[in-house]
Amino acid sequence: MAGDFGLRTFGSLGWRTRMLSKLRLDGPLVVGLALIALYGQIVLYSASGESLRRVLDGSARILLGGIAMITVAQIKPSLLRRSAPWLFALGIVLLIIVDAIGYVGKGAQRWLDLGFVRFQPSEIMKLAVPMTAAWYLHERRLPPGVITTAGVLGIVLLPAGLTILQPDLGTGLLIIIGGGLVLILAGLQVRIMLLAAVLAGAGAWVGWEFLHDYQRNRVLMFLNPELDPLGAGYHSIQSAIAIGSGGVFGRGWLHGSQGQLDFLPERSTDFIYAVVGEEFGMVGAVILLLLYLFVLGRALYLALQTQNTFARLLSGSIALTFIVYVFINMGMVSGLMPVVGVPLPLFSYGGTSAVTLLTGFGILMSLYSHRKLVA
Amino acid sequence: MAQRVTIKDNWGEQRLFEGRIYFTAVIAAILAVALIGRLSYLQIVRFDYYTELSQGNHVRIEPLPAARGVIYDRNGAVLAENRPAYQLELIREQVGGEKALRATLDQLVRLKLLDGEEIPDLLRTIRSRREFDTVPLRLRLSDEEIARFALRRFEFRGVDIRTRLARYYPNGELAVHALGYVAAIAEQDLQRIDRAAYAGTSLIGKLGVEAAYEGPLHGQNGAREMLVNAQGRSVDNLSKLVPQLRTTVPRPGTNLVLSIDLEVQKVAEQAILNQRGAIVAIDPRNGDVIALASRPGFDPNFFGRGLTRAEFAALNNNIDRPLFNRALRGTYPPGSTIKPVVALAALSNGVMVPEDSRFCRGYYTLPGSSHRFRDWKPKGHGSVDMVHAIAQSCDVYFYGVAAALGPDRLAETLGKFGLGSITGIDISGEKSGLLPSPAWKRTAFKRAELKTWFPGETVIFGIGQGFLLATPLQMAHLAGVVANRGTSFAPRLVTALRDPVTQKLTPVAPKPLPSVTAEAAQWQTIIDGMFAVTHGGTASRSAAGAEYSIAGKTGTAQVFGIAQGEKYNEKDIGERLRDHAWFIAFAPVEEPRIAIAVLVENGRTGSGTAAPLARLVMDAYLMRKFPPPPGAVVVAAAAAPAAPAATGDE
Repeated sequence: MAGDFGLRTFGSLGWRTRMLSKLRLDGPLVVGLALIALYGQIVLYSASGESLRRVLDGSARILLGGIAMITVAQIKPSLLRRSAPWLFALGIVLLIIVDAIGYVGKGAQRWLDLGFVRFQPSEIMKLAVPMTAAWYLHERRLPPGVITTAGVLGIVLLPAGLTILQPDLGTGLLIIIGGGLVLILAGLQVRIMLLAAVLAGAGAWVGWEFLHDYQRNRVLMFLNPELDPLGAGYHSIQSAIAIGSGGVFGRGWLHGSQGQLDFLPERSTDFIYAVVGEEFGMVGAVILLLLYLFVLGRALYLALQTQNTFARLLSGSIALTFIVYVFINMGMVSGLMPVVGVPLPLFSYGGTSAVTLLTGFGILMSLYSHRKLVA
Repeated sequence: MAQRVTIKDNWGEQRLFEGRIYFTAVIAAILAVALIGRLSYLQIVRFDYYTELSQGNHVRIEPLPAARGVIYDRNGAVLAENRPAYQLELIREQVGGEKALRATLDQLVRLKLLDGEEIPDLLRTIRSRREFDTVPLRLRLSDEEIARFALRRFEFRGVDIRTRLARYYPNGELAVHALGYVAAIAEQDLQRIDRAAYAGTSLIGKLGVEAAYEGPLHGQNGAREMLVNAQGRSVDNLSKLVPQLRTTVPRPGTNLVLSIDLEVQKVAEQAILNQRGAIVAIDPRNGDVIALASRPGFDPNFFGRGLTRAEFAALNNNIDRPLFNRALRGTYPPGSTIKPVVALAALSNGVMVPEDSRFCRGYYTLPGSSHRFRDWKPKGHGSVDMVHAIAQSCDVYFYGVAAALGPDRLAETLGKFGLGSITGIDISGEKSGLLPSPAWKRTAFKRAELKTWFPGETVIFGIGQGFLLATPLQMAHLAGVVANRGTSFAPRLVTALRDPVTQKLTPVAPKPLPSVTAEAAQWQTIIDGMFAVTHGGTASRSAAGAEYSIAGKTGTAQVFGIAQGEKYNEKDIGERLRDHAWFIAFAPVEEPRIAIAVLVENGRTGSGTAAPLARLVMDAYLMRKFPPPPGAVVVAAAAAPAAPAATGDE
């Protein structure tokens, strides 16, 4: 097998590869993720109005994620698999609590404040849903039949629905995508996928009736941002101006007027890719995209090396979910998609998403590194 | 793997999984290409478009108003300039919250810097602006108000005094009817100006020279590009973002040199200070207006400061009409002042020779009529020739001349001297007066009985009564044409433009008008007549002791007619129904340098009231002899009864 690619090709770096393999980490993947995170902190410094405090805060989150990644990488896949339903159950309980608090408080509620730390239970679900789906499919015949598919849908739609109720449409859709990817990787038949697409279309139509006004506005302004330049379409227009005025080589670090002068909303969080486009131009924007593609490629390669259903489905789902986040964010910032609140992985400031993402990569590395090296 | 291998086809699953992975990888590649395509579109194809939008976002253009051109008199005295005016301004975000804002305004009211009634309006204005905008609370603080604020300045946050350039007329009311004034740009002004060129300009010329020369006086506003953030706040400290912020320097307005002689203007205005009237003095050699006075006047500084509705109403409704430019727009029957021109008409048309004498019995009758056209002197002048008729202003003589000439030839000659048409002075608003003729009468009236020209109208036409109306400016121009023996120039106020940067002086050429042609001897006759007016004639007293020779003509314009057989008794009629007093003159006779017209409304007699005033002005201009300055400062126009110390004659 070619599975030793990551560990063996850099012979001259022997002690490092030995250390990485002892930590059950994959060198190229770690390097790719580190480069993205480093790039992200450089851009964050500019996007935050040269706030060192924010960069330190952002770096701390990445570091926390890195620790989580290394820790999770040590866990045996079988333990991960067995704990999946329990993690799922815990997540459901927490989501219900959050929804209840939000209902009582008559407002949007995404956070759970535990006193010492605040986190979003929906973030747990981003990992718990594919884990549980993979756990569920692990013992069943693939490609999945109708009943099996329905079971997976149940695992996916319950937490997704609870998240959308918060209301957090973006994360809800991401949970559906993460779980859906597991189904697709499991070999869901093409005709069922087409049927699902039709159902999703119908669901979108019905869902429209249940959307909050601000969510509807986001979709509407995507269709025609110039309708209301100072209202709903403002994000899209300012973002396009930032990217477009960056040109090929950008206006230089700290020199993007759209970002520096507050014209670009949410510039250090959801719209940070527009800052990349403005200050580093098309070159900088494409380099970042290529970094993400490299991470995807490496992660998919690792997924292909895993040896059982649970590991394959989960690792593949983690890798693909990652790139889906990237495409959704970049698509929304560049105006190819409606504005949904999806941060750019490892790049956007704030939230628990960096920890979740890196935990996911920790799982992926665990699944890869614990495979049996008997060919 | 270990569990339930029996029902799971691990190898098959692996193949299926690999297929799906490759499938998704292809989709990811397609999406990546789509994204790069989108980036290319935004950053390469539409780069210029978005760069412009970005620029428009963060660069705000702040206009830099150009300093308005300074206006000088002929000797370099400043007539209109720009001076720093102190204005009270407030920046809300520095004041604090709503409570602090109200407290601040209340405190300003207590200091008498604001009027309590203005507070609601001010609050509305302040709230309508952005919180970091500067809102002017008061324009043009007085020195005393500045001092009052300065003492308490430490109590105020967000309120301060700022200096701006404002139009200032150092001489107040002097020459206001020539200069005009500037005031806030009004709705109707916007229709005739280029709004872009006036961005940042708050005042515009409204009348007189200020309006007529608005273009050169205004100059060219500059602009400063400012870096602003999304809230519109100026962030110049971040100028590294846009290193090429441009500033175009304003080009100040062109300075104007007027023909006005401020010292002479002062004398002219003092002469009619508390009366209603006008004095216009012109240099006949080029049309330069030496003095253009119309009283009462007003202080143009009020308009730049902004008049309240009540203040404007007070000016506008004043019975003496201080806003009314009598010199250009006041039309009065010229009376006897036109007699020299009537005489010239008779001479040039060959109707009379100078030596022709007529006997004046004190009245004139048309053949076949018993109506008596009376002379101002009831006993009559006896036998008079042309020079004496002019000198004594014998009405009977000119009744006869007019009857012999007929109205058409009379109107033709008067028209050549500018009556009935505007003189073409370089400021607007001039009235053309009225030059009647039988042809005019046919078109001017609707009722048939009014369309007919009666012989009696010809008779009174000869002494400047009837329908004939002229402005003081027209009469000064007429005097100038006589002084020049026919050569005519359009009156003008601006003689040169001075470049504000290079200081280069560009003279404005005098504007010649068609000459009036007559034989030299004929000119000499009427000038002799006008000379005789001041030497033994009606205006002798006024010319007494002059160190130069004066030619003039007195006149009296009836405000209302006196019925046949009734005696004019000025004690019986109201002050405002008394005759208007006229005097036109030029001097020195041999080489005229000044031609003048004086009109005093309800001044009764030209010789008693108007002529002495003309003498003051001519003394000032020709001899630099000035009357002692009056004790009082010029106060706003209050109607004071005219007190002419003269016996009624003419």
